[in-house]
Amino acid sequence: MITKTVENVQAACEGVKDDMTFMLGGFGLSGIPENCIAQLVKLNVKGVTCISNNAGVDDFGLGLLLQKHQIKKMISSYVGENAEFERQMLSGELEVELIPQGTLAHRCKAAQGGIPAFYTPAGYGTEIAEGKESREFNGKMHILENAFKADFAFIKAWKGDTVGNLIFNGSARNFNPNMCGAATITVAEVEQLLPAGELDPNEIHIPGIFVQRIFKGENYEKRIENLTVRKRD
Amino acid sequence: MLDKNQIAQRIAKEVKNGYYVNLGIGIPTLVANFVRNDIDVDFQSENGVLGMGPFPFEGEEDPDLINAGKQTITALPGASFFDSSMSFAMIRGQHMDLTILGAMEVAQNGDIANWKIPGKMVKGMGGAMDLVASADNIIVAMMHTNKAGASKLLKKCSLPLTGVNCVKKVVTNLAVMVIEDNCFKLLERAPGVSVEEIKVATEGDLIVEGNIPEMQI
Repeated sequence: MITKTVENVQAACEGVKDDMTFMLGGFGLSGIPENCIAQLVKLNVKGVTCISNNAGVDDFGLGLLLQKHQIKKMISSYVGENAEFERQMLSGELEVELIPQGTLAHRCKAAQGGIPAFYTPAGYGTEIAEGKESREFNGKMHILENAFKADFAFIKAWKGDTVGNLIFNGSARNFNPNMCGAATITVAEVEQLLPAGELDPNEIHIPGIFVQRIFKGENYEKRIENLTVRKRD
Repeated sequence: MLDKNQIAQRIAKEVKNGYYVNLGIGIPTLVANFVRNDIDVDFQSENGVLGMGPFPFEGEEDPDLINAGKQTITALPGASFFDSSMSFAMIRGQHMDLTILGAMEVAQNGDIANWKIPGKMVKGMGGAMDLVASADNIIVAMMHTNKAGASKLLKKCSLPLTGVNCVKKVVTNLAVMVIEDNCFKLLERAPGVSVEEIKVATEGDLIVEGNIPEMQI
């Protein structure tokens, strides 16, 4: 079997450079690659483009890269409550491309599976369709969207094995599986790293072929963005 | 005139046994509280949950289990988790039976605007454009007029669009309407609200045929 294990986050992020394009898994703060984000902050790479559904909060997730002015452009569907993001966007320092969430997911999936472009009805007749080819299928209008191109995909999974197979947990799965193999190098950080053979092949969500580097992440904070509970009767 | 909870309560009557339902943020989220408990309904959260349950009890929250509003949730027995691409395959592939979402404006041709106000901070469309472009059963839940008192039911949307020709039904604090033949067709009035009041609050063309019954909620 082909081993994908690397020692640590430093080795996992080797080759990261200024002006690259990164994909980052996660929805809100759930299922984000916390270790890799911390390492990108440490490496202080600049001018990067981030493809990520959201942009974190002021002091966590991608907000940490924003604080250090490392991000040139964000490609997201929803950028939510993030004061520094807003400031950089309004001052023109940060370029933002907002795209529909399903289109974002499928542009990752298309890149993963070698589909250069696809038609979707999402956004037809709106400003996001401007400059895009449109075409009618079965009486309905669609617009042409391209697969993403990225240098690194940073993935957070629950369990993984030494050959790069991955299993995700709950709704922390989100964009992570779609980004695996969608960039030149896919880096997966996992909470549990097991020897090959320990995971049931029937239960693997992402086969190791889509992953180039895997390591066991540390000190997961797993911050909850919007804690909502009900009282016991 | 209805309050937000009553709008949700009226919309809950549109949720039928065996429906897979996607609820947007705001009034739509409240609909789940009013669905009859003798029918089987599955709620989808577009970040990858089908079979979404109520909020967790204090201390039982799981950071790996949230809804599209990033709130902590639970999963009911029979629930499933999946990736974002599969989630939107459910939506674009028209596997959902009902989509309920809020709006800033709806036009009489079914256009909807609910994601952007020029000059204000834009947060993004999230999954709204995918939902409105694909769902064949969309109900909009909103107030009939904005804070300044201007109608949100228009001949033509003035705000940037989220989708075109897609809204089928609108439930507001004043009325239930369907969109038909490029008009709003009045079906029901809120308790205590006259047809005349609804006409005044509706900028778009409103069809009133016969006696308009009061909503039952």
